[in-house]
Amino acid sequence: MSPVIPNLLSLITFLPLVGALAILGVKWVSRKDDASVIERNAKWIALWTTLATLALTVILLAGFDRTTTDYQFVEKVQWFSFLSYHMGVDGISVLFVALTALLMPLCILASWDSVKTRLVEYMIAFLVLETLVIGVFTALDLFLFYVFFEGGLVPMFLIIGIWGGKDRIYAAYKFFLYTLLGSVLMLAAMLYMVGVAGTSDIPTLSTYAFSQAAQPWLWFAFFASFAVKMPMWPVHTWLPDAHVQAPTAGSVLLAGILLKLGGYGFIRFNLPMFPYASELFTPFVLTLSVIAIVVTSLIAFRQTDIKKLIAYSSVAHMGFVTMGIFAGNQAGVQGAVYQMISHGFISGALFLCVGVVYDRWHTREIAFYGGLTKLMPHFAFVFLLFTMANVGLPGTSGFVGEILTMTGLYQASTWAALVAATGVILSAMYALTLFKRVMYGDVTNEQLKGHPDLTLREKIIFAPLIAGTLLLGIYPAFVFDFTTASVDAVVATYRAVIGG
Amino acid sequence: MDLTSALHLALPELILAVSVLGILVYGALRGDKAAGSVAALCGAALIAAAFAAAFNGHGKVFNGSFIADGVANFAKTFIYIASALVVVLARGYFERQNNNRFEFPILVTLSAIGMSMMVSAGDLIALYIGLELNSLAAYVMAAFRRDDAKGSEAGLKYFVLGSLSSGLLLYGISLVYGFAGSMNFDAIAASAQANMQVGLIFGLVFVIAGLAFKVSAAPFHMWTPDVYEGAPTPVVALFAGAPKFAALVLLARVLNDAFAGLHDQWAQVLLAIATLSFLIGGLGGLMQKDFKRLLAYSSIANMGYAMLALAAGTDKGVMALLLFSVLYMVDTLGLFSAQIALSRKGIAVSKIDDLSGLSKVDMKLTIAITVLALSVLGMPPFSGFWGKFFVFGAALEAGYWGFAVAGLVASVIAAFYYLRIIKVMWFDGDKGELDKAPFEAKWIAYAAAAFAFPIAAFALSGLYPLAETAVKSFGLN
Repeated sequence: MSPVIPNLLSLITFLPLVGALAILGVKWVSRKDDASVIERNAKWIALWTTLATLALTVILLAGFDRTTTDYQFVEKVQWFSFLSYHMGVDGISVLFVALTALLMPLCILASWDSVKTRLVEYMIAFLVLETLVIGVFTALDLFLFYVFFEGGLVPMFLIIGIWGGKDRIYAAYKFFLYTLLGSVLMLAAMLYMVGVAGTSDIPTLSTYAFSQAAQPWLWFAFFASFAVKMPMWPVHTWLPDAHVQAPTAGSVLLAGILLKLGGYGFIRFNLPMFPYASELFTPFVLTLSVIAIVVTSLIAFRQTDIKKLIAYSSVAHMGFVTMGIFAGNQAGVQGAVYQMISHGFISGALFLCVGVVYDRWHTREIAFYGGLTKLMPHFAFVFLLFTMANVGLPGTSGFVGEILTMTGLYQASTWAALVAATGVILSAMYALTLFKRVMYGDVTNEQLKGHPDLTLREKIIFAPLIAGTLLLGIYPAFVFDFTTASVDAVVATYRAVIGG
Repeated sequence: MDLTSALHLALPELILAVSVLGILVYGALRGDKAAGSVAALCGAALIAAAFAAAFNGHGKVFNGSFIADGVANFAKTFIYIASALVVVLARGYFERQNNNRFEFPILVTLSAIGMSMMVSAGDLIALYIGLELNSLAAYVMAAFRRDDAKGSEAGLKYFVLGSLSSGLLLYGISLVYGFAGSMNFDAIAASAQANMQVGLIFGLVFVIAGLAFKVSAAPFHMWTPDVYEGAPTPVVALFAGAPKFAALVLLARVLNDAFAGLHDQWAQVLLAIATLSFLIGGLGGLMQKDFKRLLAYSSIANMGYAMLALAAGTDKGVMALLLFSVLYMVDTLGLFSAQIALSRKGIAVSKIDDLSGLSKVDMKLTIAITVLALSVLGMPPFSGFWGKFFVFGAALEAGYWGFAVAGLVASVIAAFYYLRIIKVMWFDGDKGELDKAPFEAKWIAYAAAAFAFPIAAFALSGLYPLAETAVKSFGLN
C-alpha cells in the first residue's frame, strides 16, 4: 500500500518537536505580553500539536497493511559513517506509536490547571519527550534507536526534578543514573554487534546469526538496559520513587509509555537477535518475573501512599509481560504485547485518578481518604472500572493480557504459571483494599467535603481511556489484527533456531 | 622537493609567524592602547592560516622533519579556529578586568604556531620545538593575572610541572636517539624493526609520559585542577581544547610512525593511562564545588577516552581521535564561554552553587550550559555522544573489551556531576539577578550549544568523510 502522506513516520515523530519550537517562537514573539497569555498560548499549542500527531497516527493505522510482516512506511537516508536514518513500523511498533500519540494529549490536558510553575517549559519537555518516545518505536537503525532511547532520559529527568514532589531531586537522580548504567552496557553490545555484522540495520541484524559464545554476553547487556526500563525485580527500585515524585502527567507517561520501551526492546532485540541466549536465560527471566509478581504485589499491599501502591502494581504487571515474552510462544508474546497496550490505558488512567484526588486535597496518603463514593459518584465509577481492569476482570483489557500470558507461560513452564497465578489473587487483594479504604465507608475526614466531582475536563480525559479499556476487553481482535503477523514471524524465527 | 613547494606546504605557519612578528612590532610601538587592533590582526591572521591549512597539500619536507598530511591539515584548521575564538573571548574579558594588554593575542598566536608545529612534527627535534613554543606561551598566559594569588599560583605550578615534563620528554628523546641512531620518525621505525632494543622502549615510555602531561591524562594530571581554577577563563578555554588536540595528534604520529612495530608495548601504557584517567576524572569530579575545577576533572576523564582511541593503533582509532577532539573542543569552548558570560555584581560566577536557579534568570544560557554539559557527558543526541561512539567503536574493534566497559561505567559515575550542574540550574532557587552577559561570550556559548545539537547531527555527515580522507594519508592500514 502506498503511503497517503510522504514521510508520514518522520512527520509523526518530529511534529511534537516542531510544536515545542513553535512554543518557544510564540513565547519570543509575545514576550512583552502577560505571563498568563504566554502560558495560555503554550498550552493550546501543545494540545493542538499532540492532537495533530494523533490524527496523523490514525492515518498511519488506517494505511497500515495488517497482512504482511514487513516493515511499512519505511524511510531510509544515508547519514554518516555506516549509520542511516532508517524508520519504519511493523505490527508491534505501530500500536505503541498509537498508544503514545493517544496518551500525550491526555497528559497535556491533565496538566492544564494542575501545573502552576513554569508551564511553558513543562509543555516543551512533554513535546520533546513525545518525539523521542515515538522515535524509539519507529527507529530501524541500531544507533538511531539508541539516540532516541537515551535522549528520553533528559526531559524525564527535568520533568521529575522541576515539577515533582518533595524528594524529587533524589528520585530524578536515581531514575537517571539507574537507566544510564543499564544503557551504556547496551551501547557496548551494540558496538560489538556492528563490528561483527558490519551493519547497524535492525531488520538485517534480526536475521544475523551471532555466535553462541557471544550471544549470552550481548543478550545480557541488552537485558540490563531493558530490565531497568521495564523495570524488573530487583532493579525496579527507581520506579516507586520516580512515580511518587513525578507530576501526574509524568507518572502517566512513565507508566503508560516509558515502561513499555523495555518490553518492546525484549521483543525487538533479545528474542530475535539472540535466540540461543534467550532460551538459555529463560529460566532466569521467568524466576525474576515470578518473584516480581509475588513480591511486588505483597509490597504494594503494604503501601500507605496511593501512588506508590499503583507504582508497585505496575512492576507486578510488567512481570507478566516479561514472562509472556520469554515463554517464547505465540500466546505468550501476543499476550505480552496486549498486556503492554492494555496496561498503558489502565495504569495511565489509575495515575490520572490519583491526580484527581491529589489536585483537590494535595495528599496521597490512603489514610486521609475514605467514603469518597458519597462525595464523588462519577469519580467512584471511573476509579472502580480501572481498579477492576487492573485486577484483570473479564470484559476489560486487563483480563485478555493476563490470560494470554498465563496460557503461554503454562506451555513453557507449568510451575512458573502456577506461582504467577497467585499474582492475580494478590492484585485483587491490594487493588480492592485500596478501593475500599479510599472510596467506601463513611466520610470521616471533614476536609474531604466541599470539593466538586469530576470536572468536564477530567471527564474528557477519562472518556477515551474508558472506551479503550472496554473496547479492547470485549473485542481484542482489534489489537491482534495488527500484531498477529509480526508476532508470528518473531516467534517462528525464534522457534526455528532453538528447535521446537 | 624544492624550497618553493616546501615553503608552500608550511604556508599556514609562515602566515602566522610572519604576521605575528609584524604585529608584535606594531604593538610594541603603540602600546596597550593598540590592544584592540592587535587582537583583530591576530584573529585575522589565524583565520587566514585556517584557510591555508584547510586547502593545503600533502608532503614531507625539510628532510622529513615537517609533515603536511591530511591529519595535520585537519587538526590545524580546527586549532586555528579555536585560537581565533579565544582571541575574541579574551579581548572582552581582559577589557572588563582592566588588564587589557596587547601581548595576549600575540601569545595565543605564538602558541598556535607551536601547536601546528606539533601536529606537523616529523622528527623528535621538531616535536620538542613545537611543544616548547606552545608551552612557553602557555606559561605566560596562565600567569596573566599576575596580581592575583591564585592566578600566580596557577602560572607557577604550570611552569614547574611543565618543565619537569619537558625534562622527562627530553630524557626520553635522548634515549630514543641513542638507541635508534636517528631523530627522524621513519628512521627510528626502520631501526626498531631491524634491531629491537629495550632502551628504545624505555625512551618511548618517557616520551609518552611527557606528552601525557600536556594532555593532562592521569597520572600526570595534577596541575590541571589548579591551573583551570586559577588561570583566566579565556586561557583555560584555550588550554582545554586546542593544545590537547595538538598533543594527541603528535602522540598519534610518534606512536604510529616511529614506533608502529612496538604497538603491543605502547598500547599497554596507553590503556593504563586511559583507565586511570577516566577513573580519576570520574571520581575526582564528584566532590568539586568550583565550576572550572569540575571541568578540569571532566577533561581528565575525556582525555582517557582519547587515549583509549589512540591505544587501538588503527586508522579507526586515529579517526575517532580526530572527531572526538574536534567535538570535545567545541563543547569545552562553549562551556567556558558560558562561564565568562556569567557574573554577578562584577564578580565571576565560579562556584557551581552560584549557578543556582539560573533557569529562572537566564533561560537561554541555561539551555546552552545544559546542552553542553550533556554533550560532554556523552548523552545522545548531542555531539559528545558521537565522539565517544567513535572512540568506543575503535576500542572494541581492537578488542579492548574490559577497558571499553570500564570507560562506559566511569562515564556513568561522571554523569553524576554533570547532572549536578543541571540540577542546580534547573531545580534550585535563584540567587538574584546577573550582570548583563557580554555579547561575544554569550554568543560563542549559544553557537557551541547549537553545534552540539542539532548542527552536529548534520555536520557529521560532512566531518566524518573529511576525517576519513585525512586519516588515509596518515599511512596506517
